[in-house]
Amino acid sequence: MTASPSVPPPDVALSLRGVVKTFGDLRAVDGLDLEVRAGTCLGLLGPNGAGKSTTMRMLTGQAMATEGSIEVLGFDIPRQSKQARARMGVVPQRENLDEELTVRQNLTVWSTLLRVPRRERGAAVDRALRAAQLVDRADSRVSTLSGGMRRRLLIARALVHGPSLVLLDEPTVGLDPQVRGDIWTLIDRLRTEGVTVLMSTHYIEEAERLCDDIAVVSHGRVIARGTPSSLVTEHAGVEALEVYGPPSRLQDVEDLVSPLGFSTRRTGPSVSVLRAEALPLHVVDRIADGVRRPANLEDVFVLLTGERLEE
Amino acid sequence: MALTTAPEQRLRAVERTAFAGVFTRETTLFRRVWRSTTFGSVVEPTINLIAFGFGFGYLVANVQGIPYVQFIGTGTVAAAVLFSSVFAGMFDTYVKRHYMKTYDGILATPVDVPELFLAEATWIAVKSGIYGCAPLLVAMVFGLPPSWGMLAIPFIGFLTGLGFAFMGMWFSGIVPSIDSFSYVQSALVTPLLLLSGIFFPLTGFPEWLQKLAELNPLYHCVQLVRHACFGWELTQDVVNVLVLVVFACLMAFLAIRALSGKLID
Repeated sequence: MTASPSVPPPDVALSLRGVVKTFGDLRAVDGLDLEVRAGTCLGLLGPNGAGKSTTMRMLTGQAMATEGSIEVLGFDIPRQSKQARARMGVVPQRENLDEELTVRQNLTVWSTLLRVPRRERGAAVDRALRAAQLVDRADSRVSTLSGGMRRRLLIARALVHGPSLVLLDEPTVGLDPQVRGDIWTLIDRLRTEGVTVLMSTHYIEEAERLCDDIAVVSHGRVIARGTPSSLVTEHAGVEALEVYGPPSRLQDVEDLVSPLGFSTRRTGPSVSVLRAEALPLHVVDRIADGVRRPANLEDVFVLLTGERLEE
Repeated sequence: MALTTAPEQRLRAVERTAFAGVFTRETTLFRRVWRSTTFGSVVEPTINLIAFGFGFGYLVANVQGIPYVQFIGTGTVAAAVLFSSVFAGMFDTYVKRHYMKTYDGILATPVDVPELFLAEATWIAVKSGIYGCAPLLVAMVFGLPPSWGMLAIPFIGFLTGLGFAFMGMWFSGIVPSIDSFSYVQSALVTPLLLLSGIFFPLTGFPEWLQKLAELNPLYHCVQLVRHACFGWELTQDVVNVLVLVVFACLMAFLAIRALSGKLID
């Protein structure tokens, strides 16, 4: 379509080919192929246990692939993982700040670990403090910070050396909505600065708002890939018709549309008929109590995997 | 025309920058906690020294031609080194790996496992070398005559502390849980302490036990410390140093191997 052979392929920030990671009998990652273009934000969307964190750990050489090949920023992993790590920032899912140290000390220590030249450390730390909006808490001990401040610091710590690739493992898990918004602002700014971001999440809204591209991961494998809107249109259509009612009513709706080839999904007290825009009128009349809503990524996810994302 | 390929960027096994990064973290933390750490490492051996010095000193005037308080004072240097290295290696490493997930963070920066633990062990060894001097100063108050050889004591403490720090780290990588350290303490640390000649000479022990003591690195540390204070015995001291060097290398190897297995999936 738009791609023509004369256009050179865009720079690839990271690629995984046929990656398998086994732990005993468990195949945590099972033939994963993934490519992320430089300067884009890719979301790995999947439930807990889909292999997202293991994939992240393989990119830093903290887990060794059983099979397959990995390249990060042009470096072969794990052989050159140290060179790659010097150019990337990693935000772990589990917070591991130094509680006893101040905000500034945490950032200074990390600027040393991340090899910011001595002369530039002060400026790098100040920049990180501003990015995390923690300038006025610079000399507070981490143990006195709120949950949201700590998460902002955790992210700023990984950015102190100006990385060209940032890995974020569930960056807003367990945060309240207000704080989540602050973190999103921080991540969104990275994208505008041209930093490549790989983010794992199981929050639909997070993926929709921040990611240029989404890879749906299930059982250690990428099962769909595309922009948020194209994934929705391709797999779940434009609209869903959501019907609330007792189980027998929901069953009736399913029995009505299934023979016509429409997919449905249950969400507790309701059932959603996907691709509702294509429902024949006589069917729509029989579920007049249905509420039309735009199809979303969660519909796609449930349709593709049969699993639920958020509990 | 031959194409020249860019030489691959070679990295040394231990890079100075990586080592410095980990070391900076330790020294920054130390500035916060030095009071409590130093108190524990200095006060305990000092109390030992005073108690044994007075308690036994009353019964025993001289041991191997040395006033007992000086015998125990020099021996306690080794005990201070042991306590400030093996427990730091065991508990701190376990807590940072298992509970605080500190190492997962550090290993996501350009630091590899050998660099991480070499830097941490070195820092523990530096502290051990310094803390080891505390009982010496106390013993000098009780009449231990100063000597030039004493200047070697921080270095003896450093070398011994390096080996025991790695030993503690090795245990932290192989124990099933943090409770297991009580077995290590009872079954290993206490026997090492008693079979080292710190509190009494081993000449009263059966010969096989004396032979066993020669496998105890702490015994060689005690020897070196006493010789530093009362006069070197060259051949024997070269052996003492060699034993401590071999011990440190072996423990470094075991510690790094065990912890790599725990930290890299």
